[in-house]
Amino acid sequence: MTTKTLNEKENVVVRFVGDSGDGMQLSGTLFSETAALDGNDIATFPDYPAEIRAPHNTVAGVSGFQVQIGKRIYSSGDNCDVLVAMNPASLKSNLKWAKKGGIIIVDIDTFTDDTIQKAGYTNNPLEDDSLSSYILVKAPMTTMTVETVKDIFTDKKSAERSRNMFALGMIFYIFSKDLTHTDAYLEKKFKKKPDVVAANKAVVRAGYNFCENTDVLQAEKAKVEQAEMPKGKYRNITGNIATAWGLLAAAEKANLPLFLGSYPITPATDILIELAKHKSLGAKVFQAEDEIAGICSAIGASFAGAMACTSTSGPGLSLKSEAIGLAVMTELPLVIVDVQRGGPSTGLPTKTEQSDLYQALFGRNGEAPCIVIAASSSANSFYYAFEAARLSLEHMTPTILLTDGYLGNGSQLFRIPKMSELPTINPPFATPNDPTYLPYKRNPETLVREWAIPGMEGLRHRIGGLEKLDGKGSVSTDNANHQLMVNNRAEKVQKVADRLPDQKVYGDDNADLLVVGWGGTEGALKLAVEELREEGKKIAFTHFNYIMPLPKNTGDILKKYKKIIVCELNMGQFVNYLRMNFENIPFLQYNKVKGLPFEVSELKDKFKQILGE
Amino acid sequence: MAIEHSPVQLTKADFASDQMVKWCPGCGDHAILASILGIFPEIGYKKENFCVVSGIGCSSRFPYYVNTYGFHGIHGRAGAIATGVKIANPHLSVWIASGDGDATAIGGNHFIHLIRRNMDMNYILFNNRIYGLTKGQYSPTTKQGQITKTSPFGVIDYPFNPGELVIGARGTFFARAIDNSPKTLGEVCRAMAAHDGAAIVEVLQNCVIFNDKTHSEVTDREFKEERQLWLEQDKPMIFGKNRDKGIILRGNHLEVVEIGKNGITENDLLVHDATRENTGVHMMLAQMRPPEFPMAFGVIRAYKAPTYQQLFEKQMEEAKQDATIKCVDDLLNSGDTWEV
Repeated sequence: MTTKTLNEKENVVVRFVGDSGDGMQLSGTLFSETAALDGNDIATFPDYPAEIRAPHNTVAGVSGFQVQIGKRIYSSGDNCDVLVAMNPASLKSNLKWAKKGGIIIVDIDTFTDDTIQKAGYTNNPLEDDSLSSYILVKAPMTTMTVETVKDIFTDKKSAERSRNMFALGMIFYIFSKDLTHTDAYLEKKFKKKPDVVAANKAVVRAGYNFCENTDVLQAEKAKVEQAEMPKGKYRNITGNIATAWGLLAAAEKANLPLFLGSYPITPATDILIELAKHKSLGAKVFQAEDEIAGICSAIGASFAGAMACTSTSGPGLSLKSEAIGLAVMTELPLVIVDVQRGGPSTGLPTKTEQSDLYQALFGRNGEAPCIVIAASSSANSFYYAFEAARLSLEHMTPTILLTDGYLGNGSQLFRIPKMSELPTINPPFATPNDPTYLPYKRNPETLVREWAIPGMEGLRHRIGGLEKLDGKGSVSTDNANHQLMVNNRAEKVQKVADRLPDQKVYGDDNADLLVVGWGGTEGALKLAVEELREEGKKIAFTHFNYIMPLPKNTGDILKKYKKIIVCELNMGQFVNYLRMNFENIPFLQYNKVKGLPFEVSELKDKFKQILGE
Repeated sequence: MAIEHSPVQLTKADFASDQMVKWCPGCGDHAILASILGIFPEIGYKKENFCVVSGIGCSSRFPYYVNTYGFHGIHGRAGAIATGVKIANPHLSVWIASGDGDATAIGGNHFIHLIRRNMDMNYILFNNRIYGLTKGQYSPTTKQGQITKTSPFGVIDYPFNPGELVIGARGTFFARAIDNSPKTLGEVCRAMAAHDGAAIVEVLQNCVIFNDKTHSEVTDREFKEERQLWLEQDKPMIFGKNRDKGIILRGNHLEVVEIGKNGITENDLLVHDATRENTGVHMMLAQMRPPEFPMAFGVIRAYKAPTYQQLFEKQMEEAKQDATIKCVDDLLNSGDTWEV
């Protein structure tokens, strides 16, 4: 009956929510990985509070994990088909994400007068009519968990820790997933604590059996379509790990040691954490005393011949502005990763936004162009991190890679490439003892200067933040020389476009509406456009990864369409950049700054409205 | 970390720059430059293996005047930039030229942290107690009460004593010298170069234009013998025109005594040991100032401890030995993967 909502679905969204510390991230991750192993495509997104452990049973302390599984997955989804809420507060704060008619599973044991009141309810939501449009499953998770492990743990606190496994077992039953992966994970993770392994394994099964025995769903089990993915070897990967690995791959390709100078900042810290693990690959990771030292140490490392990177988020990028200008002036390779979050100032540290684009493009003193590129999925963060490093090294120009909290913390299936498939990277090294070497002598085609590294014989030179004399590179305040050098630095960046792939369009040339996006919103925009095309609408989509410079055919594409809407999670930064570059094109815009990704439904509504006009 | 030596004996000329030195005539910076140009060939490393890094200020023009690899950074950041240079390539001899504003105001954070980490580099702190390049504003080392362009009613800030900062940050090397004493400046810089770790030399440097004679209470010919204590390893602390004064430790503080008075002999004097780990006496020595005390010069502290580079490279080596992930292909295929 009612669970028909789940039958034969192309995609399904499951959201696990509970107190921070309830283990929702683990339940979500294990379910996602199991689904992936079972042939579903997946995309995940953890939604956690800025506080590490906010007061128990309050809305402030709710931590969540959402996953979309199925056939055609471009994002972690909008609203959920199944909501697992471990306490009243998590139900209260997440009900807005549950689809009408969807399943809500609660741990009924946690609904006491005290916790209901703490969550901000006046009545018990399980007993009034407020949830009548959902399939409500009231499972006594706590008591059944405690009962299951009573021979292993006598104290209630230890016993209750496995509640998340009970919820996971229920979800496994609903989606007919097997427990092999979870068993293997538990055995490895708690190798030295056999009682914990035994308890958790028993509780997963208790949850699974609870569903089977009580027929709480009163319906057949859900079926989700298998994905049709290209053949290959796959893994699940978050955007931040993919970024870190892309940088490592670039360093190996360029045959240079990787140097990362960085300072912890949400949501970029995982890049620093990941790279710190890989000393065996020659990654030199330096946790600096501040953001400025992070980038300045990277500039020093670049001068000394490393493939240098720094990773940060919005406020950190602000602190690095002056030093980025120094890298522009010294024309050294440097990758600056900005995992964007809600701003301004400290803003919304754990929420996503695309509002650092102006800062990346223009946030420096003087005429200081950088290369700016953006990843558009968790998995392709690997390729765009690699690309940021390649362009920076080959063009001797600092490159800003924009990702965001949604991509960085979210995960996706990643088809594992072979290193031999990736392009080569050839930095323009100077030749030792070259009598014609000059620090600012440029390749006439690319305007790129040569990279002479301390230790190389016969190439001693000084560089720095003062304006340089063309060619020789000594300090110069000459008026005409300054104009020339400003022009050269700008043209050098523009010439990067000669080597960029053409911008592609999905959909028809004669579409009534072109949807334009950039960066982390690609999944939602693409699905919205695909679904509208399936409904017979004439709509096309182009998504930008190369921002500065833009691909050379950008203008040709934009001129073809009568109506163009630029969608972004800021108040119009990319659309204004396009307006600056293409003056006579009337752009429409759709913007949102709620700390949340786009929902496919809101995009479709907006596009339909424009198409109907 | 081993740094490759030059196969031939280098001379001062090998490090002479083709740039015109633009410091004011009479500026103390000229003497410091001359000392360094004299020392680099003595150290014996290949000339390509020196790297001089600076921030912003008069002293920070230094890299342009030495023919090595050089980097003229941004205000305050020399320490952070040099840190990256040295981690990326530990086989370079890294030198920093910085001023009191650059090192202890805008760059204060980097200064204390490179000291705390014992980064293997040589840091010359030109202390003229004024912002010279911006034409005369007070710095963190300007004396209280001094009238400057930005303190028309006198400075009310309490000043930093760079030695206290260095030793307070558990620095392994601190020495003090004077710009107008080339011989002692050279000795101190030699000791700095020989030290493995973060070696800081504070040079009392005179700015003839904006803060002339700021150090005269200790550097002037008329009182220098009474007000300068030149420390020597394992030697009693003696000073004074007639070498008749000394320093003793009484209880938990230092005291100036006259040899021959009240039964005091040379044997009662404090014997200098820069190599001790304990910072107590070194801190007290760095704090001494006239009129109560002479100011301490020479190597105040030179304690041997593993450098950041030694610890860092050791971790890198160990990680490589035990590694199962030896290349990026290994990494990509590590952990949970499956075929579709």
